[in-house]
Amino acid sequence: MSGLLRYAVQRLLLTVPMLFILVTVVFLLLRVMPGDPVSAMLGGKNVSAEVLATYRVKFGFDRPLPQQYVEYLSGIVRGDFGRSIRTNEPVLRELARKFPATVELAIFGILVSLALGFTTGLIAAVRADRPVDHAIRVFHIASFAMPLFWLGLMLQVFFAVKLGWLPVASRLSGRMAFTFKPITGLYALDAVLRWDGKALADILRHLVLPAFTLGIALTGLQGRITRASMLEVLDQDYITTARSKGLHERVVQLRHGLRNALIPIITVFGLQFAVLMGGAVLTETVFSWPGIASYLVLAIGARDYPSIQGSVVFIALFISVINLIVDLFYSVVDPRVRY
Amino acid sequence: MSRDSGAWAAADDRADRGPLRAVFSMLSRGRHALRGQHILLIGLAVVAAFILMTALATRFPSMNGYHPTLYRTAPRLQGPSASHWMGTDQLQRDVFSRILSGGRASLIVAFSGLAISLVIGSVLGWISGFAGGWLDRILSLVMDAIYSFPSMILAIVLVAMFGSGLSPMIWAVGFVYVPTYFRVTRAEVLQVRETTYVEAVRAIGAGRTRIVLRHVAPNTVSAIMAVSSFNLADAILTVASLSFLGLGLPPPTPDWGYDIQNGQKYLQSGSWWLITFPGLMIITLSLGFGLIGEGISDLVNPRRKGRKHKV
Amino acid sequence: MTTTPSDAVLLDVKGLTKHFPVRKGAFRRVKAAVKAVDGIDLFIREGETLGLVGESGCGKTTAGRSILRLVEPTKGTIVFRSRRMAGSAGGVREMDVVNASRRELKALRRDMQIIFQDPYSSLNPRMTVGAIVGEPLLVHRMARGQERGKRVRDVLGAVGLKPEHMKRYPHEFSGGQRQRIGIARALVLEPQLVVCDEPVSALDVSIQAQVLNLLEDLQREFGLTYLFIAHNLSVVKHISNRVAVMYLGKIVELASTERLFVEPKHPYTEALVSAVPVPEPDYSVDRIILEGDVPSPIAPPAGCPFHPRCRYAIDVCSSDVPVYRDLGHEHFVACHRADELSLQPIRDVATTSKTDASA
Repeated sequence: MSGLLRYAVQRLLLTVPMLFILVTVVFLLLRVMPGDPVSAMLGGKNVSAEVLATYRVKFGFDRPLPQQYVEYLSGIVRGDFGRSIRTNEPVLRELARKFPATVELAIFGILVSLALGFTTGLIAAVRADRPVDHAIRVFHIASFAMPLFWLGLMLQVFFAVKLGWLPVASRLSGRMAFTFKPITGLYALDAVLRWDGKALADILRHLVLPAFTLGIALTGLQGRITRASMLEVLDQDYITTARSKGLHERVVQLRHGLRNALIPIITVFGLQFAVLMGGAVLTETVFSWPGIASYLVLAIGARDYPSIQGSVVFIALFISVINLIVDLFYSVVDPRVRY
Repeated sequence: MSRDSGAWAAADDRADRGPLRAVFSMLSRGRHALRGQHILLIGLAVVAAFILMTALATRFPSMNGYHPTLYRTAPRLQGPSASHWMGTDQLQRDVFSRILSGGRASLIVAFSGLAISLVIGSVLGWISGFAGGWLDRILSLVMDAIYSFPSMILAIVLVAMFGSGLSPMIWAVGFVYVPTYFRVTRAEVLQVRETTYVEAVRAIGAGRTRIVLRHVAPNTVSAIMAVSSFNLADAILTVASLSFLGLGLPPPTPDWGYDIQNGQKYLQSGSWWLITFPGLMIITLSLGFGLIGEGISDLVNPRRKGRKHKV
Repeated sequence: MTTTPSDAVLLDVKGLTKHFPVRKGAFRRVKAAVKAVDGIDLFIREGETLGLVGESGCGKTTAGRSILRLVEPTKGTIVFRSRRMAGSAGGVREMDVVNASRRELKALRRDMQIIFQDPYSSLNPRMTVGAIVGEPLLVHRMARGQERGKRVRDVLGAVGLKPEHMKRYPHEFSGGQRQRIGIARALVLEPQLVVCDEPVSALDVSIQAQVLNLLEDLQREFGLTYLFIAHNLSVVKHISNRVAVMYLGKIVELASTERLFVEPKHPYTEALVSAVPVPEPDYSVDRIILEGDVPSPIAPPAGCPFHPRCRYAIDVCSSDVPVYRDLGHEHFVACHRADELSLQPIRDVATTSKTDASA
């Protein structure tokens, strides 16, 4: 057990420099850009020099770069991400408010991708080289090549506008939005906690299209990895041994192969999360989903510099934490990693 | 056909001036192996068709009889018909002609940006993998940090900061894909570095530069090619997404992503053709690159044949 | 047997040590060290063949590579007396291999070459044979164009290959032929010393003899000096003037071939010698089977490294490291009981007669 603890501590310590680098890169990117950040923020309009100067002082651009850096870092540590220019609210508070929406969307998106990607990957591996396999591989490549915003729009057009089966956007319908009181921010969970069946139904209906869209982003990747690792596993000697024991083919494949095929998926989970966040930007925009990704897009549109910076740092933190958890989990599953 | 060994050796002098010759020799040896590679060939065909289409459309904008950017050349918001195969848009332009030239930004940005990432990422990967030590560790840490960050978000932030237009997008794409090339080349270098033939070349007394350029790098080429195809597929999507979010080329330049964003408003009223066709174009082009990538992967890592006939 | 060596010493190695650090944990801290080579002394005369034998993992391969500085030695001195570096002045110039600068090292590489064990991985699969064999000439700018082609052709001919083979790729050849290509590459620079790292271990038995004969012929023809590394005593017996036996990173015995086989002084040598097959039907010998496994080079036993498996071990063997000393006639041994033990020699076909050949 001490081996795991030691690894956990070491891994934790490694997270710090990674975060540091990310945060620094963000800082540099947003400062070392061509043009004047302040006038860009003010919409590039012809503003008088005094107004420019006032704003420059207000945001600290007049101070030397190293000092700005220190203030930036200390702000992050304190939890002060600045204030949004657009809404004048503290950025961190806005992000915290919108965060659960993205998390919920991500969770359901992963469920979709497991259903679509993981299962098809297994099927393709088991029926390798036959037409089913080829068809599934094409499916995977297609989802890999899918522009999410387009898929979202097409789904909207077809299922929401033309057929009217599902809502077009948002997390809740108009009336519900007023009556529903969230607890955690994860609406589906909250509806269960409140034992509110009607709300749950409404929430789930709103989740279908966005979750499906986002899930497609991961389907291709998961499908390919699952298929590849399942193929490797199926070729292994211990599978042959199990076969020779006389077990039914399907049992052999499922029981022995599955367990080991799951491992690579967990390994790439960190990468998948990056893909998820990227996909969330488009999905949340198309479906007007009030999460942190759409917040970032709005901030960019409004040249809301503090919000942009705050969102990026927040996302970086989020991803680091996820990667840390995944690595620790993986070291539990595969003890070899600890050494 | 036996050539004089002296002349042949002279030819090899030329070959030793870089890994390019190694690439070509590998490709030419691989040509006969391409015969069974349907996936690869289809992908190549698709991409070639798109490049051709875009090049022609850029050179001859009114190829199909209508102009992509001139207003009022067509009736407003009409669905696909005999005269306008893909319909018309709200500014009374023919959609099909916009489709033909709409891939220009995507292709230019994807190729240029990727070329930048490839050069920077691969060189850093070779150096880092070969040198090892603290340089390798720091570089790997930095690259991992960037790699773990969502490329889409990185790209939109970069473009938002640098302004709109082709150059900012190219640099953004160029930045985003550096870690992938770095990782791939570094992994290959680490593997090749330990082989006996590299040790043999060291024993001969070759310097590090020669070893990297002549022995290590050429063996990384196939990995780079496979990764490139997938990166190109992804880059196409990234560019389209950037345009969709309004961060791409300014109007009236035809661009698939931009047209989709534009066409959003008219969805409710039923003008589906404004977004369907550009989207199909994006998928198809990205798919083409993806197929090339799959094909190359298959070439490089053929699965063990005869699984079904295992004893 | 082999050529008659001159008296001039070509390579002089003293106290050569190579430790590999073992790193553990997420921060890669150094925990321990693999003592692959632990202070060995040897010297090789011009024109002779020194065999270096031992089990897998005894450090002989690392020793060979350390001498060439393909692996950086941790400690020790390696002196190489180079004719080439002496230049027009004639005679020899003593080169300190361990501390040589990059330029000096590169120049030294022309004089010291290596033949690798595995013919399949030691040739770059993407290069033609001609390119592989010609590359050393390119690296050292010794020949260009036509001249280079000629030299490559010549050396290929010397190893028994044809000029048209130059255009082909390694995978088109058999193991034995690939090894010849490797030999050609090693010889194209006309080196003085060639380290042969188990050059026949990966080959079929029938081919082994061919390649060994080739190596001998080449030695005669070009006046080469060999350090011949092998794990098989019978191979070494035929080709070496002198033999060194290694165990767990140390040399336990070094003597002329005849002395080693007829009068082994170290128990480990005795065991190895007893396992050498002799082609005589009536031949019977007490084959000495060593008990136990080879200990790990990370934590070698205290005292004499061989004592846990030695049938003659006494108390002092587990506490004191035996001194490596010359028993006379350049017969070096590291054993506390070397003077008193009578060990069983090999019964060579030539020496075995109807009489008992007792120790």
